[in-house]
Amino acid sequence: MNYLNRHIRTTFILPSLIFVIAMMIVPILYTSYLSLHVWSGSARRAPEFVGLSNYERLFTRDPRFGDAVARTFIFTGVAVGAELLLGLGIALLINGKFLGHNVVKTLILLPMVATPVAIGMAWLLLYEPNIGALNALLRALSLPPQDFLGNSTTALLWLAVVDIWQWTPLMALILLAGLAALPEEPYEAARVDGASTWQRFTKLTLPLLFPTIIAATLLRSIDALKTFDIIYTMTRGGPGFATETINTYGYIQAFEYFQLGQASSLLIVFFTLILGVSLFFIRFRRRWGTAL
Amino acid sequence: MSKRLVFKMFSLALAAAFALAALLPITSLTAQDNPLTAGVSNKFAGTELRLIFANHPWNNTIQRLIPDFEKASGMSLRIESYFEDQLSQKLQVGLTSGTSTADAFMFRPLQEGRLFAKNGWLFDLKAFAEAEKDWNWEDFQEAARGTVTFEGVVFGVPIVTERQVVYYRKDLFAAKGLSAPTTLEELEAAAKALNDPANGVFGIVMRGQRAAAVTQFSSFLYSFGADWTKEDGSSGLDTPEARAAYEFYGRLLREYGPQGTTNMSWPQAVAVLQQGKAAMWIDADSLFLNATDPTRSTVAAEIGFAPFPAGPAGARQYNITSWALGINELSENKEAAWEFVKWATSAPVVMALQKSGNPGPRISVWESPEGLSGFPTEYAEVAKLQSTRGVGYDRPRVISVGRARDIVGAPIVVAIEGGNLEAALKEAHEQFNAFLKEDR
Repeated sequence: MNYLNRHIRTTFILPSLIFVIAMMIVPILYTSYLSLHVWSGSARRAPEFVGLSNYERLFTRDPRFGDAVARTFIFTGVAVGAELLLGLGIALLINGKFLGHNVVKTLILLPMVATPVAIGMAWLLLYEPNIGALNALLRALSLPPQDFLGNSTTALLWLAVVDIWQWTPLMALILLAGLAALPEEPYEAARVDGASTWQRFTKLTLPLLFPTIIAATLLRSIDALKTFDIIYTMTRGGPGFATETINTYGYIQAFEYFQLGQASSLLIVFFTLILGVSLFFIRFRRRWGTAL
Repeated sequence: MSKRLVFKMFSLALAAAFALAALLPITSLTAQDNPLTAGVSNKFAGTELRLIFANHPWNNTIQRLIPDFEKASGMSLRIESYFEDQLSQKLQVGLTSGTSTADAFMFRPLQEGRLFAKNGWLFDLKAFAEAEKDWNWEDFQEAARGTVTFEGVVFGVPIVTERQVVYYRKDLFAAKGLSAPTTLEELEAAAKALNDPANGVFGIVMRGQRAAAVTQFSSFLYSFGADWTKEDGSSGLDTPEARAAYEFYGRLLREYGPQGTTNMSWPQAVAVLQQGKAAMWIDADSLFLNATDPTRSTVAAEIGFAPFPAGPAGARQYNITSWALGINELSENKEAAWEFVKWATSAPVVMALQKSGNPGPRISVWESPEGLSGFPTEYAEVAKLQSTRGVGYDRPRVISVGRARDIVGAPIVVAIEGGNLEAALKEAHEQFNAFLKEDR
């Protein structure tokens, strides 16, 4: 007891310290270790050390990797961009009190609480080109039916649509919280000065909301970069490799090809990328968030 | 064991008993005079075996017979079932970490066999198989035995064999005065003649998903006179024959197939046939119940079967062992597990399974009229004809099959989409060669 009392500061942080070490530090170190080896996952065949050759292969001899990186960022850019615009629109629309505002706010959150795999399955049925609901609708409107996920050039965008459908509510929710926290006084002053609605939006709301926008974009971007469920359930990276992102490629390397070393090197690169994106946003916010 | 689980198992057992009662008119058979369990020993009575199966018709049928085995052997079996891809991953993760407690499992020898054998996950059954004279290893088709043997190790016992066939709509063919295609040229002509998208019927449907399509494309490749690899073991994708095969397969689906084939494996493809939206479906014959079972298919009564059509190099369809039973090297009940495997692959059980529509590996069963009685007549003729010919593999024979399938499957998608096939094949050829050098 005395020992604990004397070391009370370290004792209190110990549980979280153990958690961070066990659940984050150790896996990262183990993944780094594996990324320098070739291993097919057998307990009877030890990993074989190969130095940096897994990385060398990713950057010089593996066209799938470069394409997957590009696709990951395209997917994230399209999805998060659209989510931000739509989310901001929705947040402005349902901000404040109106009849049934609680019902509307609850309804709008529904896509977010559904399971991604179930969402993927449901959208797969909607997108089904021969008997799916979307093409039935297009035909009813005398529009040409679409191939949706069957077409290499557009499949990624149709996947982004699903992500947008699911995650716009989160964006709206965060921005709504940001809007609710804005001070009233500047708006009153602006009104007295005769500022138009548009001016109040661009000169007051946007700058005041900017830190929230950055935070929301950061959260969603990290999540969107990691998107796996809907891509894997809906296209498994296909047609061909047209919707393969870093995450699905890593999964395939690890659990279908059983190249655990190669998969680890890929994940380390991915980890570095996400870390980079996060640092960029955090810096960006620190430098510009308050100045604007 | 929780109450709910007990209740679930009880109701399962009850359902199985009813199904069994329907299957066997005489339910009062004792263990000794039940022909299905004649040779089963009860020296492992009390052992609980854990088995992992795929969701496959073979599994559905054997589950009805298992109570007999449990009664005769005194063992109890715990069975888990998964869709084939989940099964593969479940096994690999379990076996990798050494945590899998499964004693025996279903696996695909052509897909995972060499990897599992290389990693030492499969117990060598050679001694067991050769010691059991009554069970008769020699009665298994030679190709089937070859598929489960790698570097002298027998790593599994074949349970399901399959060949590629043409499923066609007899009514649609008759309406146009067409007969079943015997050559690939006739196949294309029929697909063209019957393709009527305006009325919601497409000429043909097949798999087009990158890796899934590889096996069904293989018969086309062989029939055009090409193969995955050349005799020296290097990639065979740069030959004009291979190119013609890719081009042909892609053209069929592009011109006469439904939309979205590039995302189709067999469940999606057969759904199009089941709904009466395709005139032909080319896939494994072991899946025939999906087409001919009236509870699943709206056109069940109209389905005809034809052997794989002849290409420039003849009719060289695949004829493979698609599933086998293996015993976990880490199992503590290897001998008890073998008792089960031996029973499940014994001649009377294979006969019962084949009569319920599961094409098996035993020569004696194929040769007896009783063994063909469970199939539609036309199917039985086609399957019997094709069981004696063809190529014993439907995908590249390598250790990392998944990787190889993704490489050789990529040009299929390009061909279906009508993209630059020449460039895609060139790239696939180079990658496949690089892969083959590494795949040791």
